[in-house]
Amino acid sequence: MHRFINNDAVFKSLTSPEIKVSQNKNATLCQLSGSWLTQELVSALKPLEAIQGRRDEIFVFDLSKIETMDTAGALVLLQKQTAIERAGGKTSLEHAPDHVTQIIVTVDKHRIKDCPPAKEIRGLAELLADTGKSFFEITYKFGELISFLGLVLIASFRQILNPRRIRLTSLISQMEQIGIHALPIVGLISFLIGVVLAFQGAGQLERFGAQIFTINLVAVGVLREMGILLTAIIVAGRSGSAFTAQIGTMKVNEEIDAMRTIGLDPIDVLVLPRIFGLVIVLPLLTFYADIMGLIGGAAMTMVTLDLSLFQYIRHLQDAASLGDFFVGMFKAPIFAFIIALIGCHEGLQVSRSAESVGRQTTRSVVEAIFFVIVLDALFSILFSVLDI
Amino acid sequence: MPKELKTKEIVISLKNIRNQFGDHVLHNELNLDIRKGEVIGIVGGSGTGKSVLMRTIVGLNEKAAGEIVILDKNVDDVSFKELTQLRQRMGVLFQDGALFSSLTVSQNIEAVIKEHTKLPSTLVREIAALKISLAGLPFDAGDKYPSELSGGMRKRAGIARALALDPDILFLDEPTAGLDPIGASQFDQLIASLQESLGLTVVMITHDLDSLHAICNRIGVLLDKKIKVDTINNLTKEPDPWIKEYFGGPRGRAATRSHK
Repeated sequence: MHRFINNDAVFKSLTSPEIKVSQNKNATLCQLSGSWLTQELVSALKPLEAIQGRRDEIFVFDLSKIETMDTAGALVLLQKQTAIERAGGKTSLEHAPDHVTQIIVTVDKHRIKDCPPAKEIRGLAELLADTGKSFFEITYKFGELISFLGLVLIASFRQILNPRRIRLTSLISQMEQIGIHALPIVGLISFLIGVVLAFQGAGQLERFGAQIFTINLVAVGVLREMGILLTAIIVAGRSGSAFTAQIGTMKVNEEIDAMRTIGLDPIDVLVLPRIFGLVIVLPLLTFYADIMGLIGGAAMTMVTLDLSLFQYIRHLQDAASLGDFFVGMFKAPIFAFIIALIGCHEGLQVSRSAESVGRQTTRSVVEAIFFVIVLDALFSILFSVLDI
Repeated sequence: MPKELKTKEIVISLKNIRNQFGDHVLHNELNLDIRKGEVIGIVGGSGTGKSVLMRTIVGLNEKAAGEIVILDKNVDDVSFKELTQLRQRMGVLFQDGALFSSLTVSQNIEAVIKEHTKLPSTLVREIAALKISLAGLPFDAGDKYPSELSGGMRKRAGIARALALDPDILFLDEPTAGLDPIGASQFDQLIASLQESLGLTVVMITHDLDSLHAICNRIGVLLDKKIKVDTINNLTKEPDPWIKEYFGGPRGRAATRSHK
């Protein structure tokens, strides 16, 4: 009745499936033996392939010596039978033990006689189709982001006009997560960037005897570009991804839907505290990054240029204007808004599968960094045209 | 009512199993024999370690003490290769299917077969189609992703994957939970027919009293860190208060009546 005849058969190396073909007066006799199990089946495929049906030829499959057969084994046998009959031959299955018959009957009932081949587009057509698809996807996504921006702006104004709606606990907690916890990494990286700028600058400027301008390089570089850019990139990687993952996981757990049914607006509860938090914190982080970058520059110039700290500060005052500082600081809230907007938007785009959380998180970080750098480039052009 | 079992041959034997997490002892000196070709239901209150017991048998959970003998092999004594072969003789359906979400249903099944055999890919696809049909899914379900399927279909797809290598023993974790009564009884029929036609031994964790009546030969009740196994008729006569409440409560009585 039951398929596996002997428990030991699992461990004894299973006898591989075999077919002996012999010619009779009016029929071809195929004697099947061994275990026709999925794992062993590959050795039966060649001999089975060799049996070719011809018109009016009779094939008799003797199944009496089969030790055990599973569904894959039965499927292969039945497929051969069908193939022979399509070629005009006749077949019969004989002397099957009960357990084999049972499997064959079950498989025959469930198998699909003509497995349609998978639809595939290949080559140039595939490339074109993919390109078109991606194009429409990107346009659609961008449109969605814009409409999300509108939604967020409306909700923001509502909260700003009615400050009691602002969720303070959540806002403060986000500010702690985004800001205070990021201090060590932002500080270290800015310090090192200051060191690198000073070191590379000193090396190059030495050739003109203009080493002292290393300080200008550090000051302008850090204050205008490096401080804000690196902080924004770190925050996009750290907090933008966290926004997507947190909101996305809540989406998977239907927590967002639960919120809506309770009458809480996810934009108010989840999105705005994150956006406001980041918009408040990123300028502060940028200021901190500027200071750390200048300290890094100081450390390096003191070593390479043999200046004292006071001399460095005096040169710094000449080199950098307040304008340089504000150019950097001006960009901070804008970048913060972009990063938080994209992070939250991608989080809300998560569908109900765990896999999409990962996909959207990656996308959120890539998009945020992309937009930050593109905007930064646009700002440089703008400021140079405006002569700031 | 399921038929009385003819064989008494044992496929899984647990001896003095102990499971604990920290100081919390879930199972202690638990003994359980599972017979070839039977459908055994595992029941127990929340937190009695039904899933842990199943995970211990299939090797996902390290037991603290005791012996597990599967198909006459002690799992602690076998080599890694034998253990891998042993695992192939067992299929598991997790609660929500646990299908790989980045693959289609068909690819989920194909992945298992491809990992363990060298069969050509057309044949693998045909075998996968066969399993999908055996699990009672329409043919076109094979090209769908798990997220596109309903809960009931995901469970069927999970069964199809569990059957990929034609296991001898099938473990089911709450197979009918979350299904509507029609879907649940269809699923019971599916399990019964697969058991019958493929000669499977089925171990299922369930709270569905109808499933217990309809397809289980025996029932194991997890109680006081041990398991008590008997047929449903004998269990209803047990004096233990929990068992009494379980089978004698309003739902238990209703299920008993409808399966008389």
